[in-house]
Order: sequence, then C-alpha cells, then structure tokens
Amino acid sequence: MPLPIEIVLFIFLLTTAVVIARLEDLFAAAMLTGIFSLLSAGLFTIMDAVDVAFTEAAVGAGVATVFILCTLSLTAKREYQQPTRILPFIVVGITGAALIYGTLDMPAYGDPDAVPHGHLSAKFIEIEEKAFLSQDKHAAEPAQHGSGEKAVGLPNIVTSILASYRGYDTFGETAVIFTATIGVMLLLRTRRREKKVSPPNRDQMETTS
Amino acid sequence: MREKIILRVVSKAFIPFIFLFALYIQFHGDFGPGGGFQAGVVFAAGIILYGVIFGLDTMRLAVPERLMEYGIVLGLILYGGVGIVSLISGANFLDYDVLNAHDPTHGQHLGILLVELGVGITVTCAMTTIFYALAGRGEK
Repeated sequence: MPLPIEIVLFIFLLTTAVVIARLEDLFAAAMLTGIFSLLSAGLFTIMDAVDVAFTEAAVGAGVATVFILCTLSLTAKREYQQPTRILPFIVVGITGAALIYGTLDMPAYGDPDAVPHGHLSAKFIEIEEKAFLSQDKHAAEPAQHGSGEKAVGLPNIVTSILASYRGYDTFGETAVIFTATIGVMLLLRTRRREKKVSPPNRDQMETTS
Repeated sequence: MREKIILRVVSKAFIPFIFLFALYIQFHGDFGPGGGFQAGVVFAAGIILYGVIFGLDTMRLAVPERLMEYGIVLGLILYGGVGIVSLISGANFLDYDVLNAHDPTHGQHLGILLVELGVGITVTCAMTTIFYALAGRGEK
C-alpha cells in the first residue's frame, strides 16, 4: 500500500508532465521541468534513495534548469506552432504502452526475493556486515574479513560498492563525464582567439571550389 | 540580475552554506549518503547560482574558466593515479588495500576518499565548464 504522500507526489508529477507537454511558453515549461525534478527528488527520498535524490535535486532542479534557460536565451521563447499530426502521437502512444507493459513484469517495490537482490548484493552485504561487526568489537581481530573474502569496511555500503568493489565502473563513469564535457566544449565554445584569425576569404574559397 | 536586491542578498547568504553542504556530502560519503558525484553537482550548483545572480564576468573572477578546464582533467588523473599507485605497490589496479602498509581497512578508507575527491573535482569542473560554454555564447 503506497503512502498518501507518495500518491500526492505522483499526481503532481503526472500533472506537471502533462502541463509541460501542452505548454507553448517555453520559459514556463523550463521552470516546470525544474519542479518535476524536485518532485522526483522527493519521491526518491521517500524510497530511501537519498543519493539519487541529491543528484536529482542538484542536477535536475538546479543545474539542468539553468542550462535550459541558457539555451532558451539563445533560441526562441515560444514553441513553433505546428499542425497536429497523428503519426507521432501513435508512435509515442505505442512506446508508452510497451513501457508500461514492461513494468508489469518487474518485481514489487522492496521485494526482498527480487532477482537482483539474490546474487551479489546479498554477498556484499554479508561480507561488509561481518567486517563491520568485527571492527566494532575491535582489537581482537581487526582485519579478519570473513572467510578469505576481503571487505572494504566502510559504514556506508553504497560507497564501498561504488568506489571499491566497482571502482573500475566508477572510473569509467568519470571518464564518460570528462569525454562528454570535452564534446560540449568542442561544440559550443566560442574562443577568444577568434579576433586574431583573419576573416577567411569565403568568396574566394567558394569560387575556387 | 544584479539589480534585484532580494535575490542578491539571499543568494549571497546561501551560497557559503551550499558549498559547506557540498563539502559535507563529499567527505562524509563514507559514513552517510553521498559521495563524489553528489558533492560535485551540489558544489557546481552553488557556483552556477553565483554566476546567474552576479553575472558571468564576476563569476570569471571568482572561478577562472581555465582553472575549471584543468580541474576536469585533474580529477580524472587523481582517480587514475590512485589506481596506478596501487598497481606500483604490487596489487591490482584500484585495489586500495596496499595504500596503508599496516591496515588494509585504512588503505580502503584512504583510497575511497581520494577517488571520490577525484570524481567530485571532475564533476564540479565539468558542470561549471558546460555553464561557461552555454552562457558564454549568449554574451555575443
């Protein structure tokens, strides 16, 4: 049974999404995407995913909204009016229905018997718990990490998994952020060097080519 | 938005706390929720708020564009560097156990702290650089 607050947040979320899709004023739509992210952050907090909530609140509600506003200041403030077309609507409808159909197969929220909880997660929790408890009793067996398995020994198991067990993945993610930023810089940046470059003789180039 | 006095005063009061909170998320990530990525985006949100309120030119004085660009690389190098150090010390890449000669758990703590710091620096600088790239276009 979902909590009342969850139902309220979901209704707000849905309303915001519909309003964003229907709005023609892009400035208002940009602000509403921020509100959408804030509501999602609230939902994540209720689901005990505080890490994700942090990210959603800071990136979605904060930084991304500013980025969208920056983009709007470079382009148009209002949506270009187009005649309503039926084909895109059908495509989106079918995709949405397929996604909802897909969620029917997912395990119930918080189900301890769900498949992802059965393999590695259980193992990680077992190893870390053992190491942490032995640490608390301290002295006697400080580095006695279970039966041959090495534990990280941090109180926050999420950090242990992200930064140590899955250190490779996180390194890759950081590299992805690096690469993405380089891409954005190459695409968007206007360099001060521009002044030095003599205006290329475009007419000449066009005539020669 | 420099002429909006309420925005200016309120944001000026808030920005230090945003940074403080970001540092808390960064360095308390071992014990509570949070970590490098979360801290990085919160820190960047503070910097970008400053830029939005006080203008790009003031922001460039506070956080130089060049510094942010170097930061993106520095964070990644810090992360990779920890891996290389553990490699040189005779363990696998990114195996932090060897970072402390006496207690592998302390080695893990140190390794995770450094690695998360690397992620935090990269994310902060990446977000700020993207903001500079986007907002800088509007200037001309």
